[in-house]
Amino acid sequence: MRAFDFTRADSPQAAVAAGGRFIAGGTNLIDLMRLEVETPERLIDISRLDLARIEDRADGGLTIGALVPNSDLAADRRVIERYEVLSRALLAGASGQLRNKATTGGNLLQRTRCYYFYDTAASCNKRSPGAGCDARGGFNRIHAVLGTSDDCIATHPGDMPVAMQALDAVIVTLTPGGACRRLPIADFYRLPGNTPQIETVLEPGELITHVELPPPVAGARHLYRKVRDRASYAFALVSLAALVKVTDGRIAHAALAFGGLAPRPWRDPAVEAALIGREPSVEVFAAAADILLGEARGSGHNDFKMPLARRVLIAALRDLTQ
Amino acid sequence: MLSRTEGAMHFTINGMQYDADIDVRTSLLDLLREHLGLAGSKKGCDHGQCGACTILVNGRRINACLTLAVMHQDDEIVTIEGLGTIDDLHPMQAAFVQHDGYQCGYCTPGQICSAVGMLDEVARGWPSHASADLARPIFDDDEISERMSGNLCRCSAYPNIVDAIREAHAASIESEQAA
Ligand SMILES: Cc1cc2nc3c(=O)[nH]c(=O)nc-3n(C[C@H](O)[C@H](O)[C@H](O)COP(=O)(O)OP(=O)(O)OC[C@H]3O[C@@H](n4cnc5c(N)ncnc54)[C@H](O)[C@@H]3O)c2cc1C
Ligand code: SF4
Ligand code: FES
Ligand code: FES
Repeated sequence: MRAFDFTRADSPQAAVAAGGRFIAGGTNLIDLMRLEVETPERLIDISRLDLARIEDRADGGLTIGALVPNSDLAADRRVIERYEVLSRALLAGASGQLRNKATTGGNLLQRTRCYYFYDTAASCNKRSPGAGCDARGGFNRIHAVLGTSDDCIATHPGDMPVAMQALDAVIVTLTPGGACRRLPIADFYRLPGNTPQIETVLEPGELITHVELPPPVAGARHLYRKVRDRASYAFALVSLAALVKVTDGRIAHAALAFGGLAPRPWRDPAVEAALIGREPSVEVFAAAADILLGEARGSGHNDFKMPLARRVLIAALRDLTQ
Repeated sequence: MLSRTEGAMHFTINGMQYDADIDVRTSLLDLLREHLGLAGSKKGCDHGQCGACTILVNGRRINACLTLAVMHQDDEIVTIEGLGTIDDLHPMQAAFVQHDGYQCGYCTPGQICSAVGMLDEVARGWPSHASADLARPIFDDDEISERMSGNLCRCSAYPNIVDAIREAHAASIESEQAA
């Protein structure tokens, strides 16, 4: 690990003014620093900031502090009652120990698990822009099939952000200039293009302070389905956060976000449009899957993700509309 | 705000006070093992992937390898050395002995600290991925396996580990009801 300067911030304002890399739970950043994939010169400890509360909003939604641990968020009674998909996604991620430390803000910003990104002897455009991408012709079983570029095919590995994408969460930040920004999650992550090292629209040094959840959709059924190589403590190959509501025999609401398929939680409005107003049937579900995967492109080892995503989507829709 | 790269730090571990002069890069696990001689917590991977380093910080189980010591100076840290002694075992330690919940023993301190933290989570009503009803989890062997999935055992002593935890849980419920 490279040497760094360590500072504990005592307020969000002081944290952004300090001009360094934030450390919250540390479960991703320390791992990457130990391998010298990340080499910050200054660490700002934000773990003691007063941002660990979950609060009711007047509109029936919730405001989640950026430092709320994943365990506490998953176990919160309001989250279980109103946003079951979020609890389920959190509980499907990592382990009990990691969830106790991992924070809401850190989980959103966790970096890819691409093996070549972790291996400093390999070529990786995300780690060293312009170096090339060893995943394209290498082992790419865990890599993305949607939203990729010639420069990078890595996935966002998270579960929680997939549920937040289906719930239309809003990410609230404090910029180094002192401004508060509200960023809908749909606009938060960037696709790799030719700058895979830039993963979100955050400015350097911008602090996530909260995540807001809009009021729950009344009557929607929730599901988080995660397919992985072992039953627990493994990242998703494909995952799906789904909220579906059926009224008078027709699909009235559908919010579907996928993990494991793309460089960001993947939600395609055309897929949802193909379902809304229709009577549930396998034909309708299969047509939605065709739309989802229309542009999908495998790199060899990950080709299985396309039929897998299709089956996950159809099975989930069947379960949610029965 | 104080900015530093090394220096004197103070820790509360197993109810005792410790001073250490260390680099800020030192993980909590390396502080325990390399600097304070508390080698009960084990290093299996140093990447959060095995659970051998599990300890309790303010009563919550965490991986000591994925956190910096400097971030835990105000915390109550408990390691396997602080749970019980040879003459006065913690009930979870006694249950592991009784059920032979290990072979080589390398993962055991992490398993035991994790199991203690896990039963506290169960007592607080926290659900898991194995819970059919998140609002009312029912404690069974599937729950034990899921909740303990962050602790790997290369000797695969899992069946006996599950037996030990099941019994320690039952005993803790009994002693609660008796009280
Ligand atoms: C073995 C293992 C298995 C795992 N399995 C899963 C899994 O199955 N599913 C899953 O979703 N995750 C999994 N994880 C990842 C885990 O969820 C993340 O490591 C965790 O959520 C990161 O949160 P943190 O608070 O520890 O972040 P940190 O490591 O502290 O920070 C991560 C990044 O976020 C930045 N950051 C943190 N907080 C803020 C903030 N408030 N504002 C701005 N920037 C901030 C940091 O600068 C850093 O770049 C796993 C991790 C491990 C080690
Ligand atoms: S897929 Fe992206 S992260 Fe992985 S090696 Fe290629 S550029 Fe790096
Ligand atoms: S040594 Fe910490 S999890 Fe393996
Ligand atoms: S007893 Fe040997 S690793 Fe678990």
